[in-house]
Amino acid sequence: MRITQGTFSYLPDLSDDQIKAQVQYCLDNDWPVSVEYTDDPHPRNVYWEMWGKPMFDLKDPEGVMQEINECRQTFPNHYIRVNGYDRRLGRQTTALSFIVNRPQEEPGFRVDRVEMNDRVVKYTLHSYATDKPKGQRYE
Amino acid sequence: MAASTKGSPNKSRWSAGVTPYADMGYYDADYEPKDTDILCVFRFVPQEGIDAIEAAAAVAGESSTATWTVVWTDRLTAYEHYQAKCYRVDPVPGKENEYFAYIAYDLDLFEEGSIANMTSSIIGNVFGFKALKSLRLEDMRIPPHYTKTFQGPAHGIVMEREYLNKYGRPLLGATTKPKLGLSARNYGRVVYEALRGGLDFVKDDENINSQPFMRWRDRFLYCMEGVQRAMAETGEIKGHYLNVTAATMEDMYERAEFAKEIGSVIIMVDLTVGYTALQSIAKWARKNGVILHLHRAGHSTYTRQKSHGVSFRVISKWMRLTGVDHIHAGTIVGKLEGDPNTVRGFYDTLRENKVAPNPVYGLFFEQDWASVPGVMPVASGGIHAGQMHQLLSYLGEDVVLQFGGGTIGHPDGIAEGATANRVALEAMIQARNEGRDYVNEGPEILQRAARWSPSLAKALEIWKDITFNFESTDTPDVVATPSM
Amino acid sequence: MTDEQTTPQAEGANIQTPAEDTALVDIDTAYREANVQQLLDELDRELIGLKPVKSRIREIASLLLIELLREKVSLSTERPTLHMSFTGRPGTGKTTVALRMAKILHHLGFVRKGHLVVATRDDLVGQYVGHTAPKTKEMLKRAMGGVLFIDEAYYLYRPENERDYGQEAIEMLLQAMENHRDNLVVILAGYKDRMDTFFQSNPGFHSRIAHHIDFPDYSLDELMEIAELMVRQQMYVFDDPSRQAFCEYLELRMQRPHFSNARSVRNAIDRIKMRQASRLVQQGGLIAKEELARIDVSDIRQSRVFQGELNGQ
Repeated sequence: MRITQGTFSYLPDLSDDQIKAQVQYCLDNDWPVSVEYTDDPHPRNVYWEMWGKPMFDLKDPEGVMQEINECRQTFPNHYIRVNGYDRRLGRQTTALSFIVNRPQEEPGFRVDRVEMNDRVVKYTLHSYATDKPKGQRYE
Repeated sequence: MAASTKGSPNKSRWSAGVTPYADMGYYDADYEPKDTDILCVFRFVPQEGIDAIEAAAAVAGESSTATWTVVWTDRLTAYEHYQAKCYRVDPVPGKENEYFAYIAYDLDLFEEGSIANMTSSIIGNVFGFKALKSLRLEDMRIPPHYTKTFQGPAHGIVMEREYLNKYGRPLLGATTKPKLGLSARNYGRVVYEALRGGLDFVKDDENINSQPFMRWRDRFLYCMEGVQRAMAETGEIKGHYLNVTAATMEDMYERAEFAKEIGSVIIMVDLTVGYTALQSIAKWARKNGVILHLHRAGHSTYTRQKSHGVSFRVISKWMRLTGVDHIHAGTIVGKLEGDPNTVRGFYDTLRENKVAPNPVYGLFFEQDWASVPGVMPVASGGIHAGQMHQLLSYLGEDVVLQFGGGTIGHPDGIAEGATANRVALEAMIQARNEGRDYVNEGPEILQRAARWSPSLAKALEIWKDITFNFESTDTPDVVATPSM
Repeated sequence: MTDEQTTPQAEGANIQTPAEDTALVDIDTAYREANVQQLLDELDRELIGLKPVKSRIREIASLLLIELLREKVSLSTERPTLHMSFTGRPGTGKTTVALRMAKILHHLGFVRKGHLVVATRDDLVGQYVGHTAPKTKEMLKRAMGGVLFIDEAYYLYRPENERDYGQEAIEMLLQAMENHRDNLVVILAGYKDRMDTFFQSNPGFHSRIAHHIDFPDYSLDELMEIAELMVRQQMYVFDDPSRQAFCEYLELRMQRPHFSNARSVRNAIDRIKMRQASRLVQQGGLIAKEELARIDVSDIRQSRVFQGELNGQ
């Protein structure tokens, strides 16, 4: 399966130049850019690990690209995403967020059902990746 | 009738009988509206022979303290304080015997946090007033002092995005079709297919409640099966607007509670339930962490005609106060009424924190929302993937684009229809962010994406000539704008 | 770039096919298009004197323009090294010229953005283990696409302290100067003698620097010209006696330690304005517009430089 979180998951994976163009868009909007990674892509997993602090005051996407590449080298088989953050009053939230690295194999999720009374079913999503302990997923 | 039977010129303010509204203090050209006043602008056509200023004063009077004759009991009150004051009357440009009346209402006239109370005054008896041929409430300035007595959107745009983990693009939805008649099991199938194909939301239609062919509880159960399956297929959070509209508030709460219990992130309700029911369900939605979608069923009966009724920009303000998270607000390019500038005015009103007066967008007043969260506008009705560049350019990023027929009518199936829309959207956002002139190059951008996306290629082919080019009725008065 | 969707790896395919040997290249057009003349003119207007520096900048600009044209007709193999050193005493215009240089490099397409990031040791070197790398990296990232100007670069190197974290920053800088030649240009700046020593002990830097520009001290005449310009810009005037006094002041000041050229002139004028203001307030009464602008000889003569008692101001 292919996890389709993020702004650009239905396009072919972005090339480095395409990534840089999106980062440039963030910098032009005065949005700091951050890199995050995870091996637990559950849709409710809000807090991916931070690859360093958000990068403020950059003019050129090359600096971000460097971090992305270092993160890819360290975690070649993790999910990595790039976020642009809008600090303006009334927003103060992520403005753009897209995946730039995926594991070779994405095992995905299964739906676990617990049957309750009166035909009610309680659902929960089970991430196959988390069957293994942290650090050993996607190996 | 004060307006038609002028009182004697020597009559004192308090002698029994009829005194013109203007003379009773409902017109005051020197009045300077206070920061705390609620301001309204009405468009009106007086009956033949009625003076425009007297008619405007009558509107102020009838929507606040006055009645048709002098009553001595007024003198038991600080009546000057409670009287609404018409402070300005302008002729409508290019129109014979048609005027704008600007009226200020003191904050004390209204109960805190009650849309029902405010509207009972402002659009109460006055709309049936005989001295007027027609009357339309065009715009309101609601001061922060009053705004802050309302809950406001249960969650708002920012919280909704963080909750759904979706950023940087409009959200995508579709209304399940056919509107009526599907069994619950078939209905859930449509939900599952559309969501796994790439939509974020699917929606009940406004008239899907709990009919003999599909009772509400069955629908809820099958829809949630579809939603959960689609989440597992995509790893994304998905939702279906479960319509909880019902005959009584007790029924609505029951349905909403059940929707929450089975894990729905969002419910919906129709405008037809009334303002009080809306405020109640908005309170419930905040308390229970469920997003609240509003379908504006019935609004066109009073918003569409320029001569009489209430402008939708006013309804937008009331609904932001009421506390809904989503509201249908026009598509510009689709099948339903929507002049581009007028719709832009609705969108600004719903989303921005401070909205400047702008006659081009039909906005008469500055509106300061004082950090009340924004409402996510929803564009729905006759739109398709081939219009993506126009939709993005007109409606921006904080919007739900709903392609009902444009998803379910795809020749290869519902999921492919959904994928076509998602691919078109992402390709357009990518091009925009890369600094391309996406509005003019839109068709080309879509065609390029269609080269590697067969779903999009089919969608573009089948709907390539579909436009809805009719003249709008509800347009701003400063410029005539062409319909799209 | 959306166009590369189908073949994401197609980027970088912009390789020129070698032109015919007889093909003509229009230098004038290229020069005009790069707007270099305008930048050089601005530099001329902005900075008084500095003849040798300006002619060096002109040479470098020409070299880069030709490099660009050669690249167009496939006569060069790789991007030239562009890192520079600016040596000279404080106040000789190094930062101003660096700002201009960044623009020239940008117009000619050697850097993508053309901004200048100024850094000193404190911005690059940390206080404890593990602190330096992120700091240096941060500055490098900010400078990407532009010019990193390291003022008093020799402070990075502290041979007396074996544990000094400066060495870590130096190594990272050297690596960036090599690996990120397409992404940034580094300018090292400072006093000439100390920079020479620094380069001796860090030959890696010396070999990576393509252009050394020495900023000479201003002559007395040039300093007077600068002073006149500054006074005029601030809408003051010297009269003849005060002009003479200021010239004498400069002569004395130049002999003293910590003289920093244009910067010292600016500071002296600031102090003169202060004295003029005190004098006028003390005097009180009605005053003409010219008197508000005029600098009196006494405003200058009060300087402690004339009393010969101070080592430097």
